[in-house]
Amino acid sequence: MKSFVPTNAMKKYVQIENVQMSFATKQGAFVALKDIDLKIDRGEFITLIGHSGCGKSTLLNLVAGLLMPTDGIMLCADREIAGPGPDRGVVFQNHSLLPWLTCFDNVHLAVERVFGATESNAQLNQRTSEALALVHLTHAEHKYPHEISGGMKQRVGIARALSMQPKVLLMDEPFGALDALTRAHLQDELMKIVAATNSTVVMVTHDVDEAVLLSDRIVMMTNGPAATIGEILTVDLPKPRNRLALANDAGYHRMRGAVLEFLYQKQAKQVA
Amino acid sequence: MKFRKYFADNLLPPLLGLGLFILLWAMLAQGNETLPGPIKTWHSAVALFSDPFYQKTPNDQGIGWNILNSLGRVGVGFGLAALIGIPLGFMIGRFDFLNKMTAPIVSMLRPVSPLAWLPIGLLVFKAANPAAIWVIFISSIWPMIINTAMGVRQLPQDYLNVARVLNLSEWKVFTKILFPATLPYMLTGIRLAIGTAWLVIVAAEMLTGGVGIGFWVWDEWNNLNVEHIIIAIFTVGIIGLLLETMLIQLAKRFKY
Repeated sequence: MKSFVPTNAMKKYVQIENVQMSFATKQGAFVALKDIDLKIDRGEFITLIGHSGCGKSTLLNLVAGLLMPTDGIMLCADREIAGPGPDRGVVFQNHSLLPWLTCFDNVHLAVERVFGATESNAQLNQRTSEALALVHLTHAEHKYPHEISGGMKQRVGIARALSMQPKVLLMDEPFGALDALTRAHLQDELMKIVAATNSTVVMVTHDVDEAVLLSDRIVMMTNGPAATIGEILTVDLPKPRNRLALANDAGYHRMRGAVLEFLYQKQAKQVA
Repeated sequence: MKFRKYFADNLLPPLLGLGLFILLWAMLAQGNETLPGPIKTWHSAVALFSDPFYQKTPNDQGIGWNILNSLGRVGVGFGLAALIGIPLGFMIGRFDFLNKMTAPIVSMLRPVSPLAWLPIGLLVFKAANPAAIWVIFISSIWPMIINTAMGVRQLPQDYLNVARVLNLSEWKVFTKILFPATLPYMLTGIRLAIGTAWLVIVAAEMLTGGVGIGFWVWDEWNNLNVEHIIIAIFTVGIIGLLLETMLIQLAKRFKY
């Protein structure tokens, strides 16, 4: 795949050009991000990594359209990002399921919004069931969020985002609140889902292993304020990846070392 | 064994409390001949409740009619307050401008005793019954406005982000997010409102007359029938307790 010359649309599926983001505070404007330039290919898995407060979530929220940049251009599939839209599915860190709806209804809400105008009820239900089957939660579809585990809730969140058939899947530290074993399990599932659906993914993380395991490219961000992209590391490990095999892989350790060096040497955070 | 533990933990304390209360009452009545004791009151209550729905004259009707009339006034006044207060609460919670606009009025009028509104009611409606309903309306509208608005304002940002990301229509945001998220707060407002309304109706009816538990208390005072006054106190208390319990049970169903 990589050897073909990609078409223009493929090469620049998500385009971020010269983006700057500042917030108004009592002490004046606070520049969170500046000079952000990033082009994301279709089907690419990008992780954003950096110390806390570096604005990686801000960048993700900009792509999601939840925030508007103070300067610069943001395009998704050649259309300007003017607000949130169903072409960009978002998975939140704290799952954000609606507690009064069952898992099925939570996903159905998204499906109905995107396909409700063109499809029959049976088709909408079919789509909802398929999305839940993708994350292996068919057995829990009629349960309420408080009746299932944290990992399952996060899977419903992923199903909800994928059910809209977004052009880009945006994930804000989706596994950050989970224990290590559940996190590993969900990472494996996510790799399978992404391979099966050929999704384009932008994911915020602060877990170096997670970044190397999942990404095609790791976008490393400098410390804020006025954070920007420091380095971009291409992870050319063959797919599908297996966490056990990678544990003894020299290439994996080299990548991991490069990210660690960036985070703890070049961008070492002073103890506050 | 299980029953004995349940009895000791949950039934014994309230029964003991009630027993002591009645004992104290009996002792007080012993030393005061104008205050009827528990047994005398009980016999009077049995006689009263054996024929609750008689109608002799407009001013002499069974206890059942008095209770139903009071409940009716509370229902109408409270219903109207809900009809206006809850949507108003939603709007005040949703739009900060409206909140700032109404805040001084609400804060100023809320501490006023609802009975102070009775003359205005009499003046406007020129009749006792609508004036009593008006007093109930005024007393129950504040908790409904305030609690509904609070519920809307406490809506977690996460849910609003979901709404934005899914691009939900205003109607869907209301029915799927805003309303269910606010419902527990709304039910608290309703519970507080019904409590106040039931508190106020007795006083309002004492002033306006007509058939109703409040008027009945005043009437029995004029007849110097103290047993009936004590029965009225218990009746009002028990009905208030039932209303409260019903609403708590309802609220439990909407806890997430």
